[in-house]
Amino acid sequence: MSRRNERGKRVLVATKATESDELLGLDRDRLVEMLRWMILARRFEEKAAEMYQMGEIGGFCHLYIGQEAVAAGAITPLGDDDYVITAYRDHAQALIRGLDANALMAELFGRVGGSSGGKGGSMHIFNAARHFMGGHAIVGSHLPIAIGLGYAIRYRDSDAVCVCFMGDSVVNIGAFNESLNMAALWDLPVIFLIENNLFGMGTAVHRAAAVEKLADRACAYAGMEGWTVDGMDVLAVRKSVERAIERARLERKPTLIEAVTYRYMGHSMSDPSHGVYRTKEDVLEHRKKVDPIDHFVDTLKKHAVIDGSDVTQIEESVMAIVAESVEFAKNSPEPDPEALYTDIYYGDYPDPKRRDPWR
Amino acid sequence: MAVIAYREALNQALREEMRRDPDIFLMGEEIAEYDGAYKVTKGLLEEFGEMRVRDAPIAEMGFAGLGVGAAMAGLRPVIEFMTWNFALLAIDEIVNTAAKLRYMSGGQLKLPITFRGPNAGAIQLAASHSQSFESWYAYVPGLKVVAPSTPRDAKGLLKSAIRDDNPVVFLENEVIYGLKGEVPDDEDFTIPLGQSEVKRSGDDVTVVAHARSVHWAMEAAEILAEKHDISVEVVDPRTIRPLDIDTILDSVRKTNRCVIVEEGHPFCGIGAQVVDDIQREAFDYLDAPVIRVTGPDAPTPYARNLEQLSLPQAEFIVQAVQHVSYLE
Repeated sequence: MSRRNERGKRVLVATKATESDELLGLDRDRLVEMLRWMILARRFEEKAAEMYQMGEIGGFCHLYIGQEAVAAGAITPLGDDDYVITAYRDHAQALIRGLDANALMAELFGRVGGSSGGKGGSMHIFNAARHFMGGHAIVGSHLPIAIGLGYAIRYRDSDAVCVCFMGDSVVNIGAFNESLNMAALWDLPVIFLIENNLFGMGTAVHRAAAVEKLADRACAYAGMEGWTVDGMDVLAVRKSVERAIERARLERKPTLIEAVTYRYMGHSMSDPSHGVYRTKEDVLEHRKKVDPIDHFVDTLKKHAVIDGSDVTQIEESVMAIVAESVEFAKNSPEPDPEALYTDIYYGDYPDPKRRDPWR
Repeated sequence: MAVIAYREALNQALREEMRRDPDIFLMGEEIAEYDGAYKVTKGLLEEFGEMRVRDAPIAEMGFAGLGVGAAMAGLRPVIEFMTWNFALLAIDEIVNTAAKLRYMSGGQLKLPITFRGPNAGAIQLAASHSQSFESWYAYVPGLKVVAPSTPRDAKGLLKSAIRDDNPVVFLENEVIYGLKGEVPDDEDFTIPLGQSEVKRSGDDVTVVAHARSVHWAMEAAEILAEKHDISVEVVDPRTIRPLDIDTILDSVRKTNRCVIVEEGHPFCGIGAQVVDDIQREAFDYLDAPVIRVTGPDAPTPYARNLEQLSLPQAEFIVQAVQHVSYLE
């Protein structure tokens, strides 16, 4: 999981996905569901990239392509009462948590049929009904929110848990320490899941974090455990998260998991996929050798869970969903001008246009 | 009606609301075992227990954001900042998260959370500990901002703030925590957010003031009535956002002259907004330009004499009222 870089410093790398011990005792339906989610997330975002380049999607759009095993492995074991929260690279988590692809694509298009009626955009996806609590665009800001969800779980004496995804650069911000400290102090059932894709934008992890393995940060908090897992192996992620869920449900202990993964695209659609911080060859090699979908397909074929025709069928059904989402988004109207002033406050509020007599 | 101190009125509001609604919990530094740095939360740990009255580590962003997350999950947190100066460390969670989640989620989320604590100057705490933040928060759509001046308002408005389903910034004042006044005993007593109150009726000049400044304005009004035969009407907005400008405009249309008082700095202060509203909606009623009495355009100094000079005290308000009356 680590190698020496050119300056002799030990750095983490995404390893070639290895075969998981077993299929975790999951039945075929569960396994195929996980594969299907990963392929849906991949194809959806490939289409989103295309739509971005055509100018249908604006602003910042951060894609998860290459990292699908983390979201699929972490979200599929959750129950309805559990909470999921993440940062701005949030499309895959939203889809896997059950957000309709049409509502997600329409949100990226800024249309009224979007999950936030077009007011949030790519970085602010919410699905409160499914306990998907965002979609947060300021690095570090959602960790305190995650422990608040954890506090509410404890307050109600429920056995739910909260999975909090975060990028690798979050471990260096103050809110990380504040949140992990309080989670450990008060036994909050929160699973802090670092998606270590090796770069915070264009800065390699070892240039920003003074620690060898990000999961080692857990040792600063009594009662918290931390471990590193291969984030390109969906079954390894799932097994790891299941263990953390058990700790949270049974012992009410928080866990810090570092899933080492790799993003194929640039930091956002406005950034190149390679350049100063990594080479094109690095990216191609990861795609070829450790792709999480290819690896999972191979594993399932080897165990005779699926064959080639199953994959074709999944691909076809997923492509239909993605194509429909684009049609839906294109046909969904732009928000009404009045929407500028709605959803600011709950309940009555004086006319916000009073100070704009020219409007 | 009982006569109690401002801090006791706040304590009553918290206690009564917590008895009424089990989803309310308090969190902040020193609020539980220590009874609060200013004793506003005195005795609440004993009655409600640790889960509902929680001492937080010194981690303002962390516990402010925790409150936001708990509110997203349907609880009704009241987060105490030991002073609003320290909330600068948490402002991302208030401005970028609490105020915006409802909008950015297209109305999916509701944020019933109150952030409270002392605002503005105290006594010789110098620049980092003596700031007025009402214009910072009042600038932000999605927040409500309240700044009570009396024990009665403190209790009635805090109860409404807690019951409100939006994020509320509740600005108290350290210097008047001990101020006593009549407060209704009725547990159902509340004061709606967004309603100004005429604290003193008058005919010649309107003085708009909130929080501690109301007391300087009242003192000035007394002096002006006794020594200068000028009848001052004091209007206290009580809630800064949403601002009940109509009560202020009604008063200005009657008096035709206005002075606006606040402890904060002059540039981009609350008074600047009130002046804008008055010139836009009551331009033709003015017999003199509106002027403002504010803290100076300088950080708050430590030295006793300089700090005193930086306050919008009664003497300055008397001068300002004479100025708009062309009686200097």
